[in-house]
Amino acid sequence: MLIHKWLTTFGRYLILMGRTFSMPERMRMFRKQYVKEMAQLGVNSIGIVLLISFFIGAVICIQMKMNIQSPWMPRWVTGYTTREIMLLEFSSSIMCLILAGKVGSNIASELGTMRVTQQIDALEIMGINSACYLILPKILGMLTIMPFLVIFSSGMGILGAYGTAYIGHIMPPDDLTAGLQHSFVPWFVWMSIIKSQFFAFIIASVASFFGYTVEGGSVNVGKASTDAVVSSSALILFSDVFLTQLLS
Amino acid sequence: MIEVKNLYKRFDEKEVLKDINTVFEDGKTNLIIGQSGSGKTVLMKNLVGLLDPTSGQVLYDGRDFVAMSKNEKVMMRREMGMIFQSAALFDSLTVLQNVMFPLDMFSSMTLRERKKRAMECLDRVNLVGAEQKYPGEISGGMQKRVAIARAIALNPKYLFCDEPNSGLDPKTSLVIDELLHSITQEFQMTTIINTHDMNSVMGIGENIIFIYEGHKEWQGVSADIMHSTNKRLTDFIFASDLLKDMRSAILSHDNKD
Repeated sequence: MLIHKWLTTFGRYLILMGRTFSMPERMRMFRKQYVKEMAQLGVNSIGIVLLISFFIGAVICIQMKMNIQSPWMPRWVTGYTTREIMLLEFSSSIMCLILAGKVGSNIASELGTMRVTQQIDALEIMGINSACYLILPKILGMLTIMPFLVIFSSGMGILGAYGTAYIGHIMPPDDLTAGLQHSFVPWFVWMSIIKSQFFAFIIASVASFFGYTVEGGSVNVGKASTDAVVSSSALILFSDVFLTQLLS
Repeated sequence: MIEVKNLYKRFDEKEVLKDINTVFEDGKTNLIIGQSGSGKTVLMKNLVGLLDPTSGQVLYDGRDFVAMSKNEKVMMRREMGMIFQSAALFDSLTVLQNVMFPLDMFSSMTLRERKKRAMECLDRVNLVGAEQKYPGEISGGMQKRVAIARAIALNPKYLFCDEPNSGLDPKTSLVIDELLHSITQEFQMTTIINTHDMNSVMGIGENIIFIYEGHKEWQGVSADIMHSTNKRLTDFIFASDLLKDMRSAILSHDNKD
């Protein structure tokens, strides 16, 4: 029964995506929506991404220094592990989990409210493909802005690590710099960006699906918002396993 | 003209519309009335294509809307305007942007022309001065007027209104009714209004369809209602004691004459 329900939901999701990925009625309006969504979903998330990345970078650096560093280890190991954790997992996967909460609930509640207040019906009556008009700019906006968020997050995490070195005097900054530069693999940056693109699609499309298909009133909008966050988070974690295996 | 032929709508086991046959004429204010849950909104949703009928035809000037392809329906919908019960204004857009929205989507006018047309529509509904406000900043009656302005922006041939007076005070309801009636005559549109409001029924009903438990119980004009012998219709229209007494008084007065 549960599998039947999941398959039905997945089928409805595919149908919605089929409607979403079609030619917009008016490119001028699409561009306007696209820029608006990039600002609303991406640019407005920069603050939280920078804040969390700074402190996580600092905390990782302190934890590595306290728990891994020993006389048997080279002095660059703290910087090296901080960089690898930030780049390989935090800035792509964990940051996307955080965005699934912030952006996912935003999208689901916005579309859900539009559905229950008949704004989506109003678009349909006008002869507009409402899925394409509302959802496509959100997905493309998230895909566009996500690489920047990943790079900003990595950079801010490293700044956080330097903060512990310069302000907290946890370790000499030169040791941290040596670790950050040790055995750097440029592919890991690309890997992080590629992973984040998949996660951006999951966040925007899954949240849109739950919001767009709301039936009922405000209670259901709240439920859709929760379902969107839970489902997109689970899918991000699940796909992270496969993507990491595939791209490593 | 919109013609409905043998329209049935079923949800699972429940038959909501049963064999509806009627005609909505051009340039007339057509009213669909009935109790809550009688099937009025389902009928309107079938007319505009938000729901597909189980069987039957909806003919727009002879063109069967139900049998149309998806693209044909999209083109057809550009000839329709709709005013929802909740007004359904886009809350992230200003009043002016809401009215300009259909023009932005479908017209080839320049920005200046689109603004001019939107302002004309706002002027028509007496809302000049409110164009920079957001829907959340204006009253329910004003929201309904904005919805009317948005609905007429592209000069639709068919105008649908789902309970346009719901949540409004009697005076504002009259303003909305008069506005819808005058716009219908001015643009010779086919206007269909779903309503519970008895002032609307008696005031602007030029063609009234009474739906009872999913079927068409009665059709006529407002002048016929007073003398109608259909008990379901009179029970619905003259539901309160006050209205019943008024009707009795009028009928006895007519009989004396």
